[in-house]
Amino acid sequence: MISFNPTEEQQMIISMAKQFANDEMRKIYRECDESGEIPASVIDTAWKMGLISSSIPEDYGGSGGEHSAITGSLISEELAWGDLSMTMHILCPALFAYPVLEMGTETQKKKYLPLVCDEKYKAATAALIEPHFGFDPYSLSTTARPESNGYVLNGEKCYVPLAAEADLFIIYATENGSSQAFIVEKGTKGLEVGEREKNMGIKALATYELSLQNCRVPKENQLGGQNGYDFDRIMNCSRVALSSMATGVAKAAFEYSRDYAKERVAFGEPIASRQAIAFMLAEMAIEIDATRLMNWEAAWRLDRREDATKEASLVKAYADDMVIMITDRAVQIMGGHGYVREHPVELWLRNGRGFVTFDGMAIV
Amino acid sequence: MIDFELTPEQQEGIKSAHEAVKELIRPVSRYYDEHEHESPQELIDQIWRKRSEGIFNMGMDITSALRIEELCWGDAGLFLCIPGPSLGGAAVFASGTKEQLQRFLGSFNEGKPKWGAMAITEPGCGSDTSAITATATRDGDEWVLNGEKIFVTMGKRALEDSDGFVVVWATVDKSAGRAGMKSFVVPAGTPGMRVEKLEKKLGIKASDTATIIFDNCRIPFENILGSPEVKKVDKSETKGFKGAMATFDATRPIVAAMAIGVGRAALDFVKETLEKEDIKIRYSTPRQKLTVLERDIIEMEANHKAAKLLTLRALWMMSQLQPNNLEASMAKAKAGLAVTKITQKAVELMGPLGYSRKYLLEKWMRDAKINDIFEGTGQINMLIVARRILNYSRDQLK
Repeated sequence: MISFNPTEEQQMIISMAKQFANDEMRKIYRECDESGEIPASVIDTAWKMGLISSSIPEDYGGSGGEHSAITGSLISEELAWGDLSMTMHILCPALFAYPVLEMGTETQKKKYLPLVCDEKYKAATAALIEPHFGFDPYSLSTTARPESNGYVLNGEKCYVPLAAEADLFIIYATENGSSQAFIVEKGTKGLEVGEREKNMGIKALATYELSLQNCRVPKENQLGGQNGYDFDRIMNCSRVALSSMATGVAKAAFEYSRDYAKERVAFGEPIASRQAIAFMLAEMAIEIDATRLMNWEAAWRLDRREDATKEASLVKAYADDMVIMITDRAVQIMGGHGYVREHPVELWLRNGRGFVTFDGMAIV
Repeated sequence: MIDFELTPEQQEGIKSAHEAVKELIRPVSRYYDEHEHESPQELIDQIWRKRSEGIFNMGMDITSALRIEELCWGDAGLFLCIPGPSLGGAAVFASGTKEQLQRFLGSFNEGKPKWGAMAITEPGCGSDTSAITATATRDGDEWVLNGEKIFVTMGKRALEDSDGFVVVWATVDKSAGRAGMKSFVVPAGTPGMRVEKLEKKLGIKASDTATIIFDNCRIPFENILGSPEVKKVDKSETKGFKGAMATFDATRPIVAAMAIGVGRAALDFVKETLEKEDIKIRYSTPRQKLTVLERDIIEMEANHKAAKLLTLRALWMMSQLQPNNLEASMAKAKAGLAVTKITQKAVELMGPLGYSRKYLLEKWMRDAKINDIFEGTGQINMLIVARRILNYSRDQLK
């Protein structure tokens, strides 16, 4: 039966994430953006909330909660409201953990999941995006060539979060036209982490280029074993994660510019009391809610294990447009003040522009 | 728990409504668009005979809204011709007493088909309903109504073609502003009330849009909805207006559901045409690799979904007895504009098929537009949303 009420448990998680976003992330996000560094202590504090390990069964070292895309989506929105770079950093191990949890062989789950359920934060990541024009996750240039006991990987990747510190990678590649994923451990010969990237936004998140040169992986490291895995589902989980983060970033920008518009006086009245400004804000509020609801619907489908490709793709396209519209307007409403780095809206605009590029960089 | 699963009852309701409109409504859709003001009597009789099946029963819950979407997928103008208390009924529901509910709505399923209507708009005021000039003067056990109301949807059907009623908004005390605004139920056949003219419209031509004149029209005292007392309150307060507003919170999501039905008709037509041409929409392909056509379709579908989910949320909140003024206006503003754009884009995309009256698409574009106008224009709903999110009164945000 149609309902828009998160469960009590979800509400608790939401308020926990909200509090963390407000008390921790919002205190330091500007410094982090300027310095490109996130203090380890903040990541550790976030890790202690068990956001990822709580959805991994006890058999694999987790605390045995249910893995739910809706819950993940609710968490992602709250955290991204605090700061997108930190959110993507905190949730980065999920890029490795969730595909293994959902699609890995029993051996893979037993071997690798406990490593991402450690008390201490340990980076694990995934490499999907490739540094060329016309990149399409469904036709990757990175190749996997089968040989007697495994595969040989070749190709270039980029936007790989935390590649320099990660112990575990999932590498997405094409084998004879079909999509495959491989678990690659740090130090594997032929896996080379390049320079840290310099991006327009998410500047506090360390992302890297990655090069695979005759990188040999044993056949038991093929995600899901011989049967392979469901790449559509991974993409859909990524679309949902990113759409909810886009909602969080947009909400931050909306709230900030709304409050500013109520304070800022021009021609004797707060600018919010003029329809030119008020209607911008009204549309922002509507589009944020609309995106969130569409995202819940897509996540709900994922949780029911139904094909969510259409819903997830629609909401992702919608969220990509929504977040840029809203963060841009937040800057516009504040005029010159929106353009200076004293206020956060320019940062949110830079971060917001990235969502259309970020496919595969977050997952629920 | 967040859930989007339709109940078996809802699924059945959608299915039976869809089949009914395909069988009964779509075949005569073009005819009544081209024969404005001609009564679809045969259709009304068929619908009336089927009334026990529940397909055409209206309510303001999610199940009804889903059915209404299907009915308007069939034809939004003919949808309005379905017998029932309609917006007038919504007003009685929102602020009537139990006795009034029984008296005005109790016999709607019996005898001959009846319609209800709502009369707010006047020649000199539309969105600014506080500027209403129609008056209601107390005279002993009666109210005497005077004034002119325009754009009364189904006014003629309610008052001339059936024993229905109209809910009229009038002021009992002009000096009291909004607080003096009250609503009154005027049954068909009341002396002093007449239908003056019918509008010729851009779309929804099968439905009548009437001008109604009240000339010393007398109704019983107990036909007032809500309290007859005028509470003189601070100018910024809107207490006396509660009735109209409560009605809108209930009806706006329903109008949004109507819009969504028309929008889906257009979308379905476009998608069927593309299928015949063997054109597939590549939903999961990166945007920079999509054709303009694919991007347009994805944008249309996403906006349609956005409007629908906002609408379901507003209705769900009402079912949970949560205040939904903000969410109702969000849904109405979004749905009205979204389907206006979707249908206009659909005509563009279909080229010669879109513009031709050989197909219904051009009609849906004309029909869709009303949803951005009646029950509060898109702009009025945006104003309400803006006031709500800013926590501003009507004086702070004009």
